[in-house]
Amino acid sequence: MNKFHTFTGLVAPLDRANVDTDAIIPKQFLKSIKRSGFGQNLFDEWRYLDHGEPGMDPSKRKLNPEFVLNQSRYQGSEILLARANFGCGSSREHAPWSLQDYGFRVIIAPSFADIFFNNCFKIGLLPIILDTGSVDYLFDAVKTIDGYQLTVDLQNQVVATPKNEVFDFAVDAFRKHCLLNGLDEIGLTLQHAEKIKQFEQKRRNEQPWLFA
Amino acid sequence: MQTLYDRLWNQHVVHTESGDSDSMTLIYIDRHLVHEVTSPQAFESLRLAGRKPWRLNSILAVADHNVPTTDRSHGIHDPVSRLQVDTLDQNCDELGITEFKMNDVRQGIVHVIGPEQGATLPGMTVVCGDSHTSTHGAFGCLAFGIGTSEVEHVLATQCLLMKKSKTMQICVEGELGWGITAKDIALAIIGEIGTAGGTGYAIEFTGSAIRALSMEGRMTLCNMAIEAGARAGMVAVDDITINYIKGRPFAPQGELWDKAVAYWRTLHSDADAVFDRTVTLDAAQIKPQVTWGTSPEMVTTIDGSVPDPSSIADEVKRHDMEQALNYMGLRPNTPIQQIMLDKIFIGSCTNSRIEDLRAAAQIVNGKHIAANIKQALVVPGSGLVKKQAEQEGLDQVFLAAGFEWREPGCSMCLAMNDDRLTAGERCASTSNRNFEGRQGPGGRTHLVSPAMAAAAAIAGHFVDVREMRQ
Repeated sequence: MNKFHTFTGLVAPLDRANVDTDAIIPKQFLKSIKRSGFGQNLFDEWRYLDHGEPGMDPSKRKLNPEFVLNQSRYQGSEILLARANFGCGSSREHAPWSLQDYGFRVIIAPSFADIFFNNCFKIGLLPIILDTGSVDYLFDAVKTIDGYQLTVDLQNQVVATPKNEVFDFAVDAFRKHCLLNGLDEIGLTLQHAEKIKQFEQKRRNEQPWLFA
Repeated sequence: MQTLYDRLWNQHVVHTESGDSDSMTLIYIDRHLVHEVTSPQAFESLRLAGRKPWRLNSILAVADHNVPTTDRSHGIHDPVSRLQVDTLDQNCDELGITEFKMNDVRQGIVHVIGPEQGATLPGMTVVCGDSHTSTHGAFGCLAFGIGTSEVEHVLATQCLLMKKSKTMQICVEGELGWGITAKDIALAIIGEIGTAGGTGYAIEFTGSAIRALSMEGRMTLCNMAIEAGARAGMVAVDDITINYIKGRPFAPQGELWDKAVAYWRTLHSDADAVFDRTVTLDAAQIKPQVTWGTSPEMVTTIDGSVPDPSSIADEVKRHDMEQALNYMGLRPNTPIQQIMLDKIFIGSCTNSRIEDLRAAAQIVNGKHIAANIKQALVVPGSGLVKKQAEQEGLDQVFLAAGFEWREPGCSMCLAMNDDRLTAGERCASTSNRNFEGRQGPGGRTHLVSPAMAAAAAIAGHFVDVREMRQ
């Protein structure tokens, strides 16, 4: 996992609540056995006018000019501004993979679905929860001002606007530590290998039917 | 005074950083279920890191999402699907993981076969790279879906790093009316609390109506906990739980059985346990539910109508409702019973167990699907469910009524195989998600119980199953 550095990036607004993981990356693309290459099919059914299947050349497909990510002013966005309950539905990590592969590094929303939220941290994509009022304010700003950018500073847990308005956000200390240092969680857990073995042995003695 | 969730959580804590309940905690995982869609990248990363699975006998694997539900004797014709299933087979063979392969009678939907085999036991932590893992909480265990990075983490360490959830009690008291099922309870709950109502919570379903449910019904209910936003749903252990497990292949036997049962009987919330939130429903008031939109919370009763966005004050909500009605091709105020259907799907990890098939068969027995129904599918949840249904003659009931009787798998719930809706087609489905494109691009899904899907197949439109009581 790459370290998360402070950056300033272009914001794209996805003005819709309950965006589910089927919409983020439709099922036909889940057949891949790889971890990369999902960005071209992010929001496939909203982004393209034709039906997408794995292996299609995206440059030959018909873009939906109405869809926000296809508008020229949002090209190169790194921050996705979204509505409540973003990422609801299935546990597919392909959803955060596709957002990251497309170029997003941060998602800002009033709330996220639990599994999606959790999956984001595992790959270094930062989901930020801001209150509904702040998100409403940012939606207005990003729609009104061309080239609207935000600065995301994880170390200090703030999102800053070009006018230096600052929104604080909460993040779990352990997750923050992992993101800032690009740490491999499995490696960290295996530092407790002895403890896991002891726990397992105790459990095996007490509930042997679990180990049959 | 502990809730069932507290009890299960405390039993599995290996390590906690700071000791306070809000810190990241290392939780031990007893059972790891694996399917072909969310595992290949995890196995690949494990291999690249030079690691091996921590405990092989905790893992049970099966391919369910990509498998064809028609004749399997020639394998899978879609090369992309085939590669994914082959990859699971290779990973399992290479590492020595128990897998039920496609032509094994024990193959089926991962959330059907776990309990069916007794691989899901009370008191366990059960994970799978699949959000509907909440199903297994019906057995008084802590079961939840995980992403692929976590699949790798469990493979490598037998643990997960997580934060404790808040607790929610959903208490359903009283007696359900005739024809009302666990599916209707689940949809009524989601209608009440919304698809994000359970976010951050583990839900325990309690009350006399829940105690009266069979294990199949409890699984349906816990399965849909994720549709209410909760990663985990659960029901306390009782005689119904224990009787279901007894004699299953992976269940303990003899002396160990008695020891296990004694422990399992402690798996309930204390009478004075305090939940962070409690929601109460009156079972007698629950009517057959039908979703009208593109989120499971967009639901009403069979005697209701499609809602009217113009009556909604909140701008974001109104906009969502308009988008949903536009996608669904529905006009405001249309009575639900006037919605005509094209396809019927009876199956999925929500409703493909023997009791579901019996309930549907009871409705269609001696009747025939309506002329406007282009296709009606019954997809049993496992090879063993299929076999049992055939022994009971249910396949003949369905076939005589014009249904197709298929091989087990996820099928049209998410349309990763060939079973799907085409654009504009409208389906009464016993599955769990009515998202845009879920059952096929442009397809329109209405979620209902198996009995309601069966009744709709006969009428060609939604009808109140209670009127078909004989």
